[in-house]
Amino acid sequence: MAETIGRSGQKADWVRLALSRDAIMIYAVVVAVLFASLRLERFASTLTVGFLLLDLIPVLLIAMPMTLIIITGEIDLSVASIAGLSSAMMGTLWEDGFPIWLVIVVCLAIGLIAGAVNGILIAGLGLQSLAVTIGTLALYRGLALVVIGDNAVASFPAGLTSFTTSKLGNTGIPTVMIGVMVIVIMFAVVLHLTPFGRGLYAIGSAAEAASFVGIDVARVKIKLYVWCGGISALTGIYWTLRFSSARSDNASGLELTVIAAVLLGGVSIFGGKGSITGVVAAVGLIGTITYSLRLERVSDVVLIIVTGTLLIVSVVAPRIFEVISGARHRRKLSTQLAVDRSAITTHTRSTAHRKEE
Amino acid sequence: MSAQEISSTDIEAVLATGSRPTLMTAVKRLLTAREFPVTAALVALVLFTYANNQLFLSRQGVKDLLLNATIVILLAVGQSIVIISRNVDLSIGSILGLTAFATGTLFVNNPDIPIWAVFVIVSLFGALLGALNGLLVTVARVPALVITLGTLYVFRGFNNLWAGPTQYFADDRPDAFGDLSVDTVFGLPIITLGALLVVVIVAGFMGRTRRGRDLYAIGSDPTAALLFGVPVGRRVFLAFAVNGLLAGLAGVLYASRFNSVGATTGNGIELDVVAAAVVGGVAIFGGSGTVVGAAIGAMLLTTITSSLTTLRVDKFWQQAIVGVLILAAIAADRIVKLRAERRLQTSEAHHG
Amino acid sequence: MKSSTRAGEANHWRRLTSLIGLLAVLALVAAACGSDSTTAEPASDGSAEDGAGSGDSDGTSDVNDLSITYIPKQLNNPYTNVVLGGGEGGAAEAGFEGIAVVGPLDASASSQVSFINAETQAGTDVIVIAANDPDAVGPALQEARDGGAKIVAFDSDTNPDFRDVFISQVVAKDVALIQVELIAEQIGGAGQIAILSATANATNQNEWIKFIEEELASNPDYADIELVATVYGDDDDTKSFQEAQGLLQAYPDLKGIISPTTVGIAATGRYLSTSEYKGQVALTGLGLPNEMRPFVKDGTVTAFALWDPAQLGYVAAYAGRALAAGEISGAEGDTFTAGELGERTVGEGGIVIVGPPTVFNAGNIDNYDF
Repeated sequence: MAETIGRSGQKADWVRLALSRDAIMIYAVVVAVLFASLRLERFASTLTVGFLLLDLIPVLLIAMPMTLIIITGEIDLSVASIAGLSSAMMGTLWEDGFPIWLVIVVCLAIGLIAGAVNGILIAGLGLQSLAVTIGTLALYRGLALVVIGDNAVASFPAGLTSFTTSKLGNTGIPTVMIGVMVIVIMFAVVLHLTPFGRGLYAIGSAAEAASFVGIDVARVKIKLYVWCGGISALTGIYWTLRFSSARSDNASGLELTVIAAVLLGGVSIFGGKGSITGVVAAVGLIGTITYSLRLERVSDVVLIIVTGTLLIVSVVAPRIFEVISGARHRRKLSTQLAVDRSAITTHTRSTAHRKEE
Repeated sequence: MSAQEISSTDIEAVLATGSRPTLMTAVKRLLTAREFPVTAALVALVLFTYANNQLFLSRQGVKDLLLNATIVILLAVGQSIVIISRNVDLSIGSILGLTAFATGTLFVNNPDIPIWAVFVIVSLFGALLGALNGLLVTVARVPALVITLGTLYVFRGFNNLWAGPTQYFADDRPDAFGDLSVDTVFGLPIITLGALLVVVIVAGFMGRTRRGRDLYAIGSDPTAALLFGVPVGRRVFLAFAVNGLLAGLAGVLYASRFNSVGATTGNGIELDVVAAAVVGGVAIFGGSGTVVGAAIGAMLLTTITSSLTTLRVDKFWQQAIVGVLILAAIAADRIVKLRAERRLQTSEAHHG
Repeated sequence: MKSSTRAGEANHWRRLTSLIGLLAVLALVAAACGSDSTTAEPASDGSAEDGAGSGDSDGTSDVNDLSITYIPKQLNNPYTNVVLGGGEGGAAEAGFEGIAVVGPLDASASSQVSFINAETQAGTDVIVIAANDPDAVGPALQEARDGGAKIVAFDSDTNPDFRDVFISQVVAKDVALIQVELIAEQIGGAGQIAILSATANATNQNEWIKFIEEELASNPDYADIELVATVYGDDDDTKSFQEAQGLLQAYPDLKGIISPTTVGIAATGRYLSTSEYKGQVALTGLGLPNEMRPFVKDGTVTAFALWDPAQLGYVAAYAGRALAAGEISGAEGDTFTAGELGERTVGEGGIVIVGPPTVFNAGNIDNYDF
């Protein structure tokens, strides 16, 4: 592997790997889990595994397509509203007596359509995604209210709701986690191992350049929004079954939690940078901290301050590091004419901004 | 500011955006055009509602409409300064909460404090919070969306920590302070007039001073702005600080108008404010739009809620309609912009 | 450029490898935990340390070392604070060793679940909860019960399947009736009225509204009163203001507003008192005396109702104690002593009624401080 990276890999490759953003996130998760297990009386138990995972599944699921979307330099704020809409539809249809499989299929379809609407408005008409999805955030949540009103439907098949919270043997791991992991791995493979995934980075770094090399930027983006809608709807279904309650306000406010996790995971808000590993680790980190604080009965006030601070530190710290190492690097540069790769990425990033308009 | 200075800034602004004087007039026309759809929508909405219910524009009705919009106008004006510089501030809901609670606390702990002193202290407190955002964004050169999402949580956390379950009510504040948001001059609420004054001042600042135009230049092309010697960091910092100041002012007015201030005041208002600016024609990636447009956008969004209730529209449909209107506003803005661009291209062709 | 693409490819592979590494680590940790095979442990001595002021045991109890945790709808809410104040006092008096209050900062349906989960793991003996959604907290509460906890619902009920008793402020129907009575009195028995509620999903709100509608429809005394609209202020000052304004414009003949939520009634009171509608439109509902005092004094509001919120928490503590000690099972007819409030009986459906609502007006409001 070191050979492929070539001359920039003079400084032993494993050092770079060990100091990468992803690696640091993984250390953070491991340290958090170890610390909690050793110091908190009740943390190291199968119950923790179950509760913690059930809690973070919604964020983890939506974070997958959100990562891809942010890597292309766009954003989707309507995800939680799509989940709410799918939950509301699920409640209404089920109450109207449709078979559960049909209800689930319809809800997923609605999610795909909602995502397609986002995608067409953004990529098709060229509207700004931040603005469009603020609009659809209100629209989809509004439609959820139209669909179910002030009802709350709770009479879902007991088999299905208990399956949703069931655990694999005595491991404490929720059964649905298998499906979630399949989705996570699928997204990881798509992003990191396919030409399509590499195209996403290209779009995020320089959309115009990407279209010159033959990437149909609009189509790719619409596809991502459709996926995102589908996964959001799936999350809505999970949410409904886990809490056995379909309501119009389900999952509200989840969008900022997801985005915070994705950004904490090292995905650049300007696009072109990020990985599934980092995001999964970030979701795990937030989940672990949250649950540890809950176990210790520390107020959520502390939790939101910690979450916010983590987010800020996660972007400010590498920057400070960059400045310091940049100064050292410049000295080296006078003797060696190698161009640091990070400089290239910074450069392309700033060019991307200019092109954005 | 002397006339000479103005003209020199004019030239520099033109240079900064890399265009010629003839272009500037066209750009100006375009800027006015950008406010057209939102103004038209507002007028149409008000007239339609009025046609269905005359009470909508009664003395009390007008007063309510203006008062409802006042706080959001201030926030949207501040936000648009930040957005024009190609940044965003998601933490304003939390700043509003902290400053509104600070207002309540000041009055409770110092019953004899003059009202103007509260305005000054709390606005400065807001400016300080905004400056913190600005500092993190500029010194660390980190995306504003990430930083302010972080401070949204952090500020809200401190608001909770500070307030706990305590809430201060209108009763805890002097009557004269509460009357500020009740009394009117010629049928116009005092605080609305104050907000309009703020809009005029900020519009003047953005359109007629060097610093203001620098912000447009930065928003259009940060790299070019830097090359032309614009102190990008200082300007962006200023934008955040002013935004914080206005959010602080909004916090004082919130405490004046509404009954309670506490740990959750202003929660979740940030996206409404960004929506108001966007509906008002401020491009989310900076460089174009005006604070007047943002103020009208704020007016439109607050008026929609009132008119839907007045029109007895089914309560469950209201939010969906608001969503559709936001989308329509963005689409309309896009169409106007495209048409203006085409006009610009033809005029450029003529001159060139 | 070519080398950089290749490097990029290697980069992706590396990332994927690290993902697999991460998953492996997590799986290991999970497996390590699995080998403990810990289930909900009974109350440990550790639970006392995090109690927010553990009370001194009065010595008369036969079960020592019990822990109780309150999970309100939302922390940092003035009404909730009064309830919890009563609860903590009651729990200390009832002899609980570990007393804690945990809860979300937002009153959403699902946010209470992870708090319940954590309490399950802590082996808390009594969980007192005001449910944001009657069903959403169900499975989590069931798990807590399986672990040996007793569940006391208060303020806002859960689905009866998931709790032992429900401490209700008053009979839900009585709350509705008293509000209808107050508004009828204030508008002279005839005219249009409207309801300004909290959120569209609030369980207790919707139950009261249902009873208000039924009463208006069935009681001939109210035949001339017409309920024209129900709007939702989302327990938010700004939204409540706009909804109140909308009501007054949409229904120019509106005579009165019922707001069965402490935030809504105070916000509407503030709006009316600062508008030309002051004194023209009657306002009643459920409010906190401390919050409503200025509006009663300035004539915006003549009378409104509420129970003593502190008693809710207080009775809940004693009910929890009796359940945990095995003195009652939550069946209809069970009785227990709620400290200085005397004996309470578990009614139909496991409901314990705290007391009648109080009507506050200019004459008596100064006697109350909550």
